[in-house]
Amino acid sequence: MSTILTRMGDAATVEMTPDQLRRDLVEGSEAAAAKGRIPALEEREVDYLLDMFASPSRVWGVERGHEAVLTKDGSANTIYSSRLSSGVAAPLGREAAVRLFETAFAFDTMEVGHTDYSVKPAKFLATLEREHVELLQQVTILPLFYGFMPNLGLYYRPEGPFPNPSDLLPQGKIAEAREAQEQALEACRADIVWLSRQMIEATTDGLNYDTVASTGDADFLAALQACETVTSTTGHPVEIGMASEMVLGFHGELEYDGVRLAGLWPHQQLKLAEKAGAAIFGPVVNTNTRKSCAWNVARAVTFVKAVTAAAAIPIHANVGLGVGGVPMCEVAPADMVTRASAAMIEIGRADGL
Amino acid sequence: MGVGDPSGMGMAHALASSMGGIKTAGDLVARMQLTKMRLPEAKRHVADKLGVSVFDLSDSAVMRTLREALDIGVVTGVPGVAKGLEAKVRIADLLGVTIPCVERLKRKMAR
Repeated sequence: MSTILTRMGDAATVEMTPDQLRRDLVEGSEAAAAKGRIPALEEREVDYLLDMFASPSRVWGVERGHEAVLTKDGSANTIYSSRLSSGVAAPLGREAAVRLFETAFAFDTMEVGHTDYSVKPAKFLATLEREHVELLQQVTILPLFYGFMPNLGLYYRPEGPFPNPSDLLPQGKIAEAREAQEQALEACRADIVWLSRQMIEATTDGLNYDTVASTGDADFLAALQACETVTSTTGHPVEIGMASEMVLGFHGELEYDGVRLAGLWPHQQLKLAEKAGAAIFGPVVNTNTRKSCAWNVARAVTFVKAVTAAAAIPIHANVGLGVGGVPMCEVAPADMVTRASAAMIEIGRADGL
Repeated sequence: MGVGDPSGMGMAHALASSMGGIKTAGDLVARMQLTKMRLPEAKRHVADKLGVSVFDLSDSAVMRTLREALDIGVVTGVPGVAKGLEAKVRIADLLGVTIPCVERLKRKMAR
């Protein structure tokens, strides 16, 4: 029997038979369906994925006419930053790098963002950040976002002023840990709103709240409340991109619009992002490094298909390192990135990535 | 999209799935998504405004010529063609959308 060269979720090459590949695709989809209580992929969708993974072609792509829109998180860090952002440390400034994304890489949108990319350090450099947005708006044509992540973890000791729940919870101090998160999320929310208003003044075309809920349900609540404040008072577009597939309940009791945040899956997160006024939502599905890329892509597109089926706003699925079926490794292999990319649009029905 | 090295991630997605930015009509469709239009509606709106088919929007051979004719900016360096903010003034009129930096330019000129 002929075999197919494909990859595991850590990008290691693996050889599989067509039957093994199909079994992984079905099991990956069923894993998502069971976790999210959503429909599994249909037979014809599994067939598409099987053809895609069975093809010996080095790269894959969407059918002509099915192309979607790219939004970019992490700004141009990937050009001038270090490995902490998968950056190649090219000798270019941020403005030159953004312009390269517009012309050399033909990106649909681009964004400006602080090298750290967290709202807390970015706010201290707001004047510089504004200036770069304003200068780039003079010379670029594509929609230009300002992007940052709430990163609530930076508000806890030792980096921030509030007691660290990671210290309190092991001591059984649950009430104190919850109080610390409630105080920290208020400070984070205020910072997000303040920096958003700065960037709206700078004439950015949109705001990108990225890696949302990386510090759990309090992080998610800070972003949702900030989004509601910004969109309801300014009408400015906000994209909310998530950090992981399920909202972790570090607090456990926080709610937005009467919905408990802990434990929400992507299609449930979407509804709250819409209520908060978001213009674009970016769901995340984590990659399991012990499973094949076929299993991971099938699982990811099953989740994203449930999101797009329920969405009233554009959905830009996350397909960066370690999410959306893309392997978890430092330098991404194009054979799997292009397959995850196409599958998100052809089967997940994403409006963009 | 997500983080990754430029050739392995950004360029891979751009070639596999994206509309193509100002090389095609990707920037224009993206502007309509900012108004909460889903992809099919956003593409239809832009195609109608440009007088082309939805299929043509991602075709760089069609859009390169059309963008120069409409003077809304092109991906290559062409003297005389609208650049940056100049192009966005024309795009705002063409698509019927508000672009914040264009509005600011109007406010500055009205002083």
